[in-house]
Amino acid sequence: MYFLLARLLQATIVMLCVALVGFLVFQFVGDPVLSLVGQETSVEDREALRESLGLNDPILVQYARYVVNAVQGDFGISYSFNRDVSEMIADRLPATIELVMLSGVLSLLLAIPAGIYTGIRRKGGIAQTIMALSVIGVSIPSFLLGILLILVFSVWLNWLPSFGRGDVAVVLGFRSSLFTWDGLSHALMPAAVLCLFQLGVILRLIRAEMLEVLRTDYIRFAWARGLPGGRVYFRHALKNTLVPVVTAIGLQLSSLFAFSIITERVFQWPGMGSLLLHAIGQSDIPLLAAYLIFVGLVFTISNLVVDAIYVLIDPRIRHGAL
Amino acid sequence: MLERIRSDFWYELLNSPVTVVSAVIIALMIIGCTFAPVFAPHTPFDPATISIMDNNMPPAWADGADPRFLLGTDLQGRDVLSAMLYGGRISLQVGIGAVALSVVIGMIVGLVAGYFGGMTDAVLMRVAEIQFAFPPILIALLFNGILKASLPADVFAQAAVPIMILAIGLAGWVQFARIVRASAMVQRGQDYVTACHAIGLPTVTIILRHITPNILGPVLVLAMLQIAVAIVTEATLSFLGLGTPLTEPSLGALIQIGSQYLFSGIWWVVIFPGIMLLVMVVAFNLVADWVRDYLNPRLR
Repeated sequence: MYFLLARLLQATIVMLCVALVGFLVFQFVGDPVLSLVGQETSVEDREALRESLGLNDPILVQYARYVVNAVQGDFGISYSFNRDVSEMIADRLPATIELVMLSGVLSLLLAIPAGIYTGIRRKGGIAQTIMALSVIGVSIPSFLLGILLILVFSVWLNWLPSFGRGDVAVVLGFRSSLFTWDGLSHALMPAAVLCLFQLGVILRLIRAEMLEVLRTDYIRFAWARGLPGGRVYFRHALKNTLVPVVTAIGLQLSSLFAFSIITERVFQWPGMGSLLLHAIGQSDIPLLAAYLIFVGLVFTISNLVVDAIYVLIDPRIRHGAL
Repeated sequence: MLERIRSDFWYELLNSPVTVVSAVIIALMIIGCTFAPVFAPHTPFDPATISIMDNNMPPAWADGADPRFLLGTDLQGRDVLSAMLYGGRISLQVGIGAVALSVVIGMIVGLVAGYFGGMTDAVLMRVAEIQFAFPPILIALLFNGILKASLPADVFAQAAVPIMILAIGLAGWVQFARIVRASAMVQRGQDYVTACHAIGLPTVTIILRHITPNILGPVLVLAMLQIAVAIVTEATLSFLGLGTPLTEPSLGALIQIGSQYLFSGIWWVVIFPGIMLLVMVVAFNLVADWVRDYLNPRLR
């Protein structure tokens, strides 16, 4: 329990730091008054606006106000869309989440069995082939992979649509394109691109952990006791590879969000990533700062969940030995 | 470091043909791109020498090609092969420059944190931990975006390469700091460090002359791996339109230019720079893998 409380406190501090960065960007990049009213407004009017926005208050007061507003989901008004930033994020979020979920699930389903297999049969032909492919999977930049897929499946073969999200349907209150065939066909290539990178990383990690564990004395002892292979591999070895693997999956979840920016650009997927790129292009600072804080929140929460899982899977942490 | 280059270096290296090929490819690319003006058949970004009449030529072996352009030309009549050599030069510059910056920052932070410990260590490592929670590519992207918003457009375009090096270098130091710190903590307790203290050497000398050489091995492996990552990051930022300007495109920007004409059947403007980027990255990764196995044979 102590472990989790300490982590929760740490997560809060991290979020305050992220909010500070967001706030400083807000504060020092560009002039919010100028962005709101343009050049024609008189100096007195600008000063009045500045006062009413609270921009003349001490900086700590402004920071506190920013944090309080952010906690309530108020990130201000976007310069370029003239809309509530949190509303815009809420609009775009489902598209990104469905992409991240689909590719995350795909990569775990493929990586875990492949990682275990290559760890056990590391000299075999299939294992060597998988490893060689994973080097390419890790090396190929995701935007390049996306373009190659479009070239092959959209331009040459004309099988799959190359841009957009397709039809969406509402099932059990969730609006998602994964519930229609058209939507799935649109999501297939972006999800595959997002999945491949994660797949390579997680696969190689699981393999490395398996190799490490299989060398230990207690595994040799398990063999010496005459236990069947399945029992040694899955009951004894696999369990001890879990902590680093869960950590990596937690970290990978956050990088899925980061890489979705690229995938969304390649496939013109209307999610958070496209929104961020638009914000950068237009120097839309409120949107930029809000994205930063939002992604920080996603990362912090996924790390907290990983910590909670540690407590479940590693008794040493539960009993305070680590 | 020197004693680690054991007598089995060449034997091990020649036993791994994949590594030899990768190293040769890296060497050829560095030479070819560094001296791009010598090797390139055309000067692709000089408006005086390109002709719009030569635009959209397919590669030399396809129908309707012009033998002057081995890998074809793009929409403005620029020679793809020459553009790749010039573009690869920017990619390599940014990749190596950014990693050099990360190594310097990471070594300083890691050595200070690992050697002195205590509060210094706690504060530095918390900062590193917070940054580590964010994927480097996102940090580079946001950093680049913030600089773009705060600098005038012409200054930003002029200083594109240094800005990329700065953004990617600042995004990548944490991993170096972590491994350097871990090694420095181990070294600090060794007898030779105690001996250095006993003969009255200043702390700076102990850290730079005696501890640093003992922790360079892992740093070297990580640096090789990170060059590949930095090259991909640069290409990605340029592809997203945040990196090098289109007047002086890196490999990523070339791919972005080409990707706009995919549906008109002009595949060569994308494919060839893409292959070059991929080969470059895979080669760096394979050499790094080999160096890691060589320095740490237990992992094989």
